[in-house]
Amino acid sequence: MSALRAASYPGRTVIVSGLASDAHTWNLVYLQLLIEELGHDVVNLGPCVPADLLVASCDRHRPALVVLSSVNGHGYQEGLELIRTLRGTGLRDLPVVIGGQLGTRGGLSGRHIDDLLDAGFDAVFDDHADSTVLFRRFVAELAEGAPRALR
Amino acid sequence: MHFGEFVRRRHAAGALVVQPRMGFADPALMRAGLVATRGAAATTVGTITLDSFTRLGDPASATRALREGTELNGYPILSHALSATRRVLAGVHDGEFPVQVRHGSARPQDITRATVAAGLHATEGGPVSYCLPYGRTPLTEAVRNWRECCELLLGAAGEPHLETFGGCMMGQLCPPSQLVAISVLEAMFFQRHGIRSVSVSYAQQTHPAQDREAVAALRRLCAELLLGTDWHVVIYAYMGRFPRTADGARNLLARAAELAVSTGAQRLIVKTVAEAERIPTIAENVAALEHAAAAADRAFGTLAAGTLAGGIGAAEPDGGQVYREARALVDAVLDCAPDIGNALVRAFARGLLDIPYCLHPANAGRARGRLDADGRLGWADIGALPLAGVVGEIRGRTVSSSSFLSSLSYVRDTYDTAALTTGTLPALSAGHLVQTAERGDEHD
Repeated sequence: MSALRAASYPGRTVIVSGLASDAHTWNLVYLQLLIEELGHDVVNLGPCVPADLLVASCDRHRPALVVLSSVNGHGYQEGLELIRTLRGTGLRDLPVVIGGQLGTRGGLSGRHIDDLLDAGFDAVFDDHADSTVLFRRFVAELAEGAPRALR
Repeated sequence: MHFGEFVRRRHAAGALVVQPRMGFADPALMRAGLVATRGAAATTVGTITLDSFTRLGDPASATRALREGTELNGYPILSHALSATRRVLAGVHDGEFPVQVRHGSARPQDITRATVAAGLHATEGGPVSYCLPYGRTPLTEAVRNWRECCELLLGAAGEPHLETFGGCMMGQLCPPSQLVAISVLEAMFFQRHGIRSVSVSYAQQTHPAQDREAVAALRRLCAELLLGTDWHVVIYAYMGRFPRTADGARNLLARAAELAVSTGAQRLIVKTVAEAERIPTIAENVAALEHAAAAADRAFGTLAAGTLAGGIGAAEPDGGQVYREARALVDAVLDCAPDIGNALVRAFARGLLDIPYCLHPANAGRARGRLDADGRLGWADIGALPLAGVVGEIRGRTVSSSSFLSSLSYVRDTYDTAALTTGTLPALSAGHLVQTAERGDEHD
């Protein structure tokens, strides 16, 4: 399924974005450096991005991937709302992933991760040791034109 | 006693005032947190930290979270009834226990109204420090908003106290001179808008001796520029990635307390052993307050004995490197416009202030910070900062994702490694601190 999505968005641009309530930046700077090293151009929207700005940026840049990062504990709640909004605005095939510290009590439960995947995320990289490695692999496979969802 | 007076008097009496970063959505829990802070074996002031929906001007989301029982990361002061907030404070907040509202909003007017309506007079932030690192509010608007915030505070009963957040600026990788400069400039902004009691912040960074030099520079600049204003210095325990080990976290907090005591700073905002993982509990906050107070008491003892290391720059006739850079930055900003708010806006537009790694549209984004081999925080690129003749030659260095990540984790890794391998304190503080203070920590 993701190969189809990549075919729909052949560009090399990746949008990195924080969520509306999250003011943290370091995660976004790191992701930009990492994704650039993997050969993509990055449009970094920075922290506190409202849904309409993200949608407008997707229309403008036609990204190959949207990477959402949240570390303030509201990521689960906000991520669910945002992905439903994105999927409801015609961005049905755009690969969108989310990661960071998504809950206020450490790692998310399997049920919460499933909620996010069911709502439309292609992958969820919650806070654990291997998340960045898995994310890196995901982006590298995207660069090769054949990303797959990590579930 | 109002906030500034309380801190000044307690410090003059020989105590470091310690304060948590504490905020809970549930009023009963918030109240319990304040009661526990007041009751801690330490000289404390209380904190109500607001949740991030409220900070970012979306109280409706905070209200919905309350209704649905979703957790919030702070107290939603705009979602609870005023009567609820008054009940939180009743019998806890008084002249012997001032309470400060901490938020992080570039649009603080509603929060300030709710703060003064609840009978509180102390809060914190600033037009730069609560704008650039967080969110997307235009800097010109933040300047206007903070002007109004000063007016709202002055219009209420009681002596208002405002703390700059400028000594934090992203928490890490902003060289100390720019932290000092922005903290002083924000305090001057508050002063020009009528606030008579302020505190200037400085967040612990990566190198103890450099931190002492920075606080000495901060105090010197305040003495020169904040005439006629009641001011004190507040140290923030490290605001970047905190150690994951309990010993590492406690040792880093103890170093922050020693930094405060050795530099004459009057107040310390603590971090807890849970900081790296989640929002800390009341008990973890109290433990952190008491640990910091104990470390401060030991440091006061060694200070009295004349053996605690003092501010390095203070001994240099020209104030030291941090002072020279900070003074150059402050002077360049003040030269931009007669009104300090306009001066700040113009300075950022020209790159005369430039926060490393800050993604805000108003920030030039050319300056870069980096750690030297010995852990000192310096410049990798000064962009258009007016430091050309002040900073020595900078050798070029590209910042890779992995070196960037190591820099972000330098403090955590250093303190965790020390805790894990030897159970003793990190090498980076060795030689700068007094042996008796260090030994005390090992058995905590």
